[in-house]
Amino acid sequence: MTIGLEHFLTVSALVFCIGLAIALSKRNAIGVLMGVELMLNAVNLTLVAFSRFSISERPITGQTFAVFIITVAAAEAAVALALAVSVYRNRETVDVDQINLLRS
Amino acid sequence: MNGIDLVGPQFSVLATAGIVLLVDGLMPGHRRHLPFIALLGLAVSALWTLSWVSRDSFPQKDVFGGTLSLDEYAVFFYFLFAGIGATVVLASIDWVNREGRGQGEYYALLLTTCAGLMFLSAARDLITIFLALELSSIPQYILAGWGKDKRSSEAGLKYLLLGAIASAMLLYGMALLYGVTGTTMLSEISASLQANGEQYRALLVLAMVLLIAGFGFKMAVVPFQMWVPDVYQGAPTPVAAFLSVGSKAAAFAVVTRIFFEGLGADFLSDDWSMIFAIIAAVSMTLGNLMAVVQTDIKRMLGYSSVAQAGTFLIGLAAISVPGERFDLGGSGILLFTASYAFTNLGAFVAIIAISQKIGSDQIRDYAGMWKRSPLLTVGLAFLPGVPHRHPTNSGFWAKIYIFNAGVRADLLWLVVIGVLNSVVSGFYYLSVARQMFLGEAEDEKTISTSPSIAVALGAATLGVLVFGLIPMPLISAAESAVDALRTVS
Repeated sequence: MTIGLEHFLTVSALVFCIGLAIALSKRNAIGVLMGVELMLNAVNLTLVAFSRFSISERPITGQTFAVFIITVAAAEAAVALALAVSVYRNRETVDVDQINLLRS
Repeated sequence: MNGIDLVGPQFSVLATAGIVLLVDGLMPGHRRHLPFIALLGLAVSALWTLSWVSRDSFPQKDVFGGTLSLDEYAVFFYFLFAGIGATVVLASIDWVNREGRGQGEYYALLLTTCAGLMFLSAARDLITIFLALELSSIPQYILAGWGKDKRSSEAGLKYLLLGAIASAMLLYGMALLYGVTGTTMLSEISASLQANGEQYRALLVLAMVLLIAGFGFKMAVVPFQMWVPDVYQGAPTPVAAFLSVGSKAAAFAVVTRIFFEGLGADFLSDDWSMIFAIIAAVSMTLGNLMAVVQTDIKRMLGYSSVAQAGTFLIGLAAISVPGERFDLGGSGILLFTASYAFTNLGAFVAIIAISQKIGSDQIRDYAGMWKRSPLLTVGLAFLPGVPHRHPTNSGFWAKIYIFNAGVRADLLWLVVIGVLNSVVSGFYYLSVARQMFLGEAEDEKTISTSPSIAVALGAATLGVLVFGLIPMPLISAAESAVDALRTVS
């Protein structure tokens, strides 16, 4: 059996859904972030797979896109951890259910 | 135009961000000049944009390999963002001085966001759009968590977590779009979809839904609105003002470009038009109903901004077909963006001034404000409430354009919902106004206004009035911007 585009896409769709489920169900803010990382890596896998099997004259675009996503995700994670530390210092918890001062 | 000139407006803003950081670090004695350096940078950016318009080489629609389009559409938003940035800087001065720490970083982050928003309104390539979106978002996450209190860091973390999920969904949509078309350029995506996109319709609809989910977060429309009231309430008020107008305007700018230019193919446009129409109806209704019951004025403005985003979406739903409808809907969106920016900034500036003195955002504490500060009361009551019902106001013209486009696009039901919602929104604005004019104040002390707040409020009010009484310059700017968008595709 040859591994084709559809195999990559299936795996990345599964990983994306798992990441989304984690991001929406985890109570711990760090856990939510890990879910987001999974989603972003699923996107990278999709892009690289499309790029590999592309018939376009510039197949490099998808890989470039993936590199940019990795870079931005790192910046975003840094800010997220800093904010989590700031919340933890104020509240002694990063549980999103207990971070509930803001409500009507 | 070539070289650095092509990104001049963004470059001058980003360079100013660097200068602000350097001055903050190396010359602590000059910290009080930081906001004026920031204002100078934004002014240079606006002047640079102005110098483009008068040149023969303008507009250039394919710069940097087609990733940016420097046309009338981008220029409209460049001016808008420079104006929004300047007003927010003015409104921040008191708050930042009181907070006392990280002054340089605050203005630097604000300026970086402005640059990101400018890139976003010019971007014509999915990668550039993503980078510009993150360039404007990440500093905003930090700014939302900037305050010392618990609420601010909570707002920052909530905004970031939901924003990260939204951008991951947006990226998956972009990846699928890339997979189907083999390119990230909007113009090539459009050509590829026209040629052989119909066989991938299911995949494209999925990509479209993911794109709408990702941008819906930035536009703050139902069902992606849950962060709005929390973040508006918790974030420092100047930052909330910036979030409510800046990132929303940029999101509408880029969504209009992506959907009209990239996904305008016949077999798709009816689908997204219908999705936008449904989201518009739900956002307007839910936003206004929730706004009525709020007791915190910033939360009320948050829900009101969700409702206003619904009105924008009527325009988006109507532009699915090129022609007269597109011109009306597109111009309506741009006019509404500008008038929404003036009115909401004015309201937020008044809230900043009042809440700094009374230390509360509760609507009941605004009772009798008329006796304590007539100027701020008029600003707060007049700016967001009256605009959309009075012909001396820019928002009135914007709504006429949007509703007109809706009617021509056979979306009469949506326009009826929109008009009904205008009435509901009048209700809660008037109840705030009644509280302020007729309520009994517990404390009769007058509230003084600092010069910077007065200038910011004056600028917003002037914008509302001038473009209301003499709407033609703004309307013709919006129409030529929309023209540029139409001819590019």
